Amino acid sequence: MRSHRTETVLTNTDAVSALDKSDPCDTEVPLPPQQVPKMAAHSSILLLLAFAAICCLQLCQVSADVDQTKSGEPYTEPNQVSIERKLEKPDEVPPIVSDIDPIEKEQDDKQWQSTEEAMVKPETTKEIAPPPPFKDEFKEELVIRPLQSGDIYASFQFRTLWDTDFLKGKRVSHYHLFPKSLGQVISKFSVRELHISFTQGFWRTMQWGQPFLPSPPGAELWVWFQDSVTDVDGAWKELTNVLSGIFCASLNFIDSTNTVQPSASFKPLGLENVTDPRFLRYAMLPREIVCTENLTPWKKLLPCGSKAGLAVLMKSEKLFHSSFHSEAIHIRPVCQDVECKALSWELRQTLNVVFDVHTSGQGKKEWSLFKMFSRTLTEACPLASSSKVHVDVTDNPEGELFDLLPVSPLLTQSVVLGDRRTYAMYDLTNKDTFGSTRSLNLLVRWKSDGGEMMRPLLHSERYVAGFGLQTGEIHTLIYNYHPYRAFPVLLMETVPWYLRLYIHTLTVTSKNKDNKPSYIHYQPSKDRLRPHLLEMLVQLPPNSVTEVTVQFERALLKWTEYTPDPNHGFYVGSSVISGLVPSMVAMDTNNTRERPLFSSFFPCKEESSYFVRVYTEPLLVNLPTPDFSMPYNVICLTCTVVAVGYGSFYNLLTRTFQVEEPSAGLVKRLANVIRRWRGVPQL
Amino acid sequence: MAAPLTLVLIVAVTIRAALFRSSLAELISERVEVVSPLNAWKRVVEGLALLDLGVSPYSGDVFHETPLIIYLFHFVVDYAEIVYMLADCITAVALYLAVQHYNKNVFRKQKYALKDDRYPHDCLELMRSPKEMFYIPLKVAMFYLWNPFTILSCVAKSTCGLNNAVIALFILSTIKGSALLSAIFLALATYQSIYPLTLFAPALIYLLQRLCLPVNLRRPSFWLFASQYAFMYFGSLLVIVCLSFFLLSSWDFIPSVYGFILSVPDLTPNIGLFWYFFAEMFEHFRLFFICVFQINIFFYSIPLSIKLKDHPVFLMFMQIAVISIFKSYPTVGDIALYMAFLPVWNHLYRFLRNIFLVCCVLLACSALFPVLWHLWIYAGSANSNFYYAITLLFNLAQILLVSDYFYAYLRREHHLSHGLYLKRKDGSEATLVLK
Repeated sequence: MRSHRTETVLTNTDAVSALDKSDPCDTEVPLPPQQVPKMAAHSSILLLLAFAAICCLQLCQVSADVDQTKSGEPYTEPNQVSIERKLEKPDEVPPIVSDIDPIEKEQDDKQWQSTEEAMVKPETTKEIAPPPPFKDEFKEELVIRPLQSGDIYASFQFRTLWDTDFLKGKRVSHYHLFPKSLGQVISKFSVRELHISFTQGFWRTMQWGQPFLPSPPGAELWVWFQDSVTDVDGAWKELTNVLSGIFCASLNFIDSTNTVQPSASFKPLGLENVTDPRFLRYAMLPREIVCTENLTPWKKLLPCGSKAGLAVLMKSEKLFHSSFHSEAIHIRPVCQDVECKALSWELRQTLNVVFDVHTSGQGKKEWSLFKMFSRTLTEACPLASSSKVHVDVTDNPEGELFDLLPVSPLLTQSVVLGDRRTYAMYDLTNKDTFGSTRSLNLLVRWKSDGGEMMRPLLHSERYVAGFGLQTGEIHTLIYNYHPYRAFPVLLMETVPWYLRLYIHTLTVTSKNKDNKPSYIHYQPSKDRLRPHLLEMLVQLPPNSVTEVTVQFERALLKWTEYTPDPNHGFYVGSSVISGLVPSMVAMDTNNTRERPLFSSFFPCKEESSYFVRVYTEPLLVNLPTPDFSMPYNVICLTCTVVAVGYGSFYNLLTRTFQVEEPSAGLVKRLANVIRRWRGVPQL
Repeated sequence: MAAPLTLVLIVAVTIRAALFRSSLAELISERVEVVSPLNAWKRVVEGLALLDLGVSPYSGDVFHETPLIIYLFHFVVDYAEIVYMLADCITAVALYLAVQHYNKNVFRKQKYALKDDRYPHDCLELMRSPKEMFYIPLKVAMFYLWNPFTILSCVAKSTCGLNNAVIALFILSTIKGSALLSAIFLALATYQSIYPLTLFAPALIYLLQRLCLPVNLRRPSFWLFASQYAFMYFGSLLVIVCLSFFLLSSWDFIPSVYGFILSVPDLTPNIGLFWYFFAEMFEHFRLFFICVFQINIFFYSIPLSIKLKDHPVFLMFMQIAVISIFKSYPTVGDIALYMAFLPVWNHLYRFLRNIFLVCCVLLACSALFPVLWHLWIYAGSANSNFYYAITLLFNLAQILLVSDYFYAYLRREHHLSHGLYLKRKDGSEATLVLK
């Protein structure tokens, strides 16, 4: 224990001596970057050195006691020590035969990785060396929240802010951190806001709580155009095709049949709230499959790519081996400063993953960065001004539920989604975070089964009722779990034209009573042109289920309009429920908690409610199908029937009744011909 | 004569009222054989709901009724059942009166012809007696009101019943000789569903006959009356269309009603020939075949008018039958209208060739429609071809029925001029053939 503490002290104070190096990884970093290749070449020497170091362990221990008293080493938790001590182990055995213990493997992995990064480093540092003329900034963040179901929710956020305006006069042609491909898209199509998400899997609100950034299964795209755009539909069409190319996704399948203009559900999130829905386009592709080919272009938009920073964790073989995967891009204009005189553009790239640690970890709830991503963190992105990892430890204030290793010196509290959460924070720009192993591998070991997760206040379900292929009924259940407060939500349903909605069958009931929506915006569909759009404002009574039902009729399509697998069914995109939900913090009535009296009388605080968007399940609906194998037969048979009608009428119309004279037989007629030829009287 | 008719009406209304109250009403109103996208009651209600929401009912593709219908039901939506029963009764009474009047005319003509000795002597058994003609109007009313197709259509509240009422009123006013009323009702019927346009020719011929004007294209008197009638017809059509424009102050209803009828975008299965044909059609032939199929309906009116220019009421029957077989969204209510005329042609019975077979096919098909629909849509053990096969057979039977009546009518006319028992040159009994 003690010995280890000494090591960290020594490396930090640059009192490097051959005697002190007990870990080969430690030896590398203090070296000047120029020496690195050489060093990599002589890794065998390093191993020897390491061996020498182990030999001198005893010696080092002696000297450590002296050094510790000299340099005021910041307090480190004993936990951290224990784990790092465990990590010391592989140094004693040769790292080549390390396929027994995952931790050993990890260590090995790190070894070569860190050398590689050391090689990369000089270039990147050179790049930022000149004073940046670009007023831009890049931040990265990873939030990990252990979920009560045993799953782990990891949410990456990368934010690039650029103090420039794509749309005012001057053409922007020099790009620094902001990806050029997106900047060009914004200026070419006069985009005010762009939100795009690709999601594989469905977010289970009841088991996982609210996500930081919700997204529906499949692809979702919504764009606010500038009010200077005259041909919004044309721009939208082109934009979807361009984005389809950028993200290697089938966004080119977005056309007028799945595009809507929601009147209330999707307001601009950035500056200058142009709220005329004429400039908004919203589309959802529930059938879109998200995979590596979408992740790679998404990663390329990051300033460091997947080379450094948090993005090194994004290895697709792990990310797509998860219960939920969602990558998104949000571009919006924001204020440059408090006065908001100038505008800057914000690009937010987010990636949310839920790992099913429980099943992949053979029933153990333990998780670590390495287990989830098969990588550990070794450095921040050099271009990032801030690079942090947060771990949600709200349920674990005294460490009775799990051990989080290494323990973070920093705890932050913030109100997220109406709930006060505590996070352990790791700052990657600070070298101390990585400790002596030069890598950060967060690890959680559970002590007991987790307690009850607080139910999310707003939850919804959707399904299709009815049988047969003629009609059906869409049921949307919206749950309000708030014990005493009612709140309104906006429900938006987009239903393709081939399910013909009957709006007069719309019923909204809560607690067995009719609950008339105070606002309904309904746009009926046009066949092969426009989907149905139904938006309504529903007041949810406290602690209730509100059921919205609407009947539909399934259309028979032309045989060319069916998908290649018509009996699989047709997808109907998730409906969107957005609303201001009363905050948990505000509803806290737990008087037992220690609090100043003046703060507790009125329940409402500043964050009395927060915005939540919930996406319901997409629906899979079967339609009646014609027989695809017999277009020729059908054309022939129907034409035959029409021809029978035509023929019989034609017959009766053009001919007249005549007495049938017995006509001579063939033999007789032949005989007559011969007789005529012979000049003999005919028969 | 009024008492039996009243009895028929009371029985018909009782049946309908009972069915309206039963749980069957909902089942019937969902049947694709009974309602089409054009006339389903569900869609009328949807249109009203859209109006209530402040959305134009024609902005979507669910509502395809004319503005007058939506205006009518805006006021009487709560009494819809009464409206539909009333419409059926009006149709029956109008047909009753029309047929009564027509039979009187027929009998009078026959009397004059007999007096003038214009018929061959062996045709006496073809002559119609007042005794057999006496019950024909009542039979017509009964055929319409008690026809299961009409009852189903009424219980499903298909607006087809209203269209039938308008057409029946048109027939009545034409047969009674009121040119103006006839033109107005014809315009109304055309406005409701374009196809009754083909009834213009028989109405014109009948009115000309009534005024003893010869149907001769060279006569100026013919052209004078024809232009008068056309003016009345198109004038009232224009008034109605403009009225609908002012009701909703938009022309949206034109593409939504007439465009929908003509271009057949909705392929919901029905008893017609269009739905499966255009569901399976190759995309580049679609327009061609739509044109062919639509022209097919209108085209028959020219040769039929020429051939039957002396028999406008039979021509009317033929036109209604052709429309109901070949229209883009047919329902059983349309069939019921022309079937109501069958008792009028009672005297043709001896010349019908395959009436038994056709009746059996029609009955069997009517029974098989729901069975095969269930197998396809609910049980999943059959596919669309099964239902399609039945619609083909049903239409084939209808075509045979109509052409059989046409044949019988022409043959009787031939016998009336050439004698019933025709002889060959050699004196043996002759058989008639079409040549």
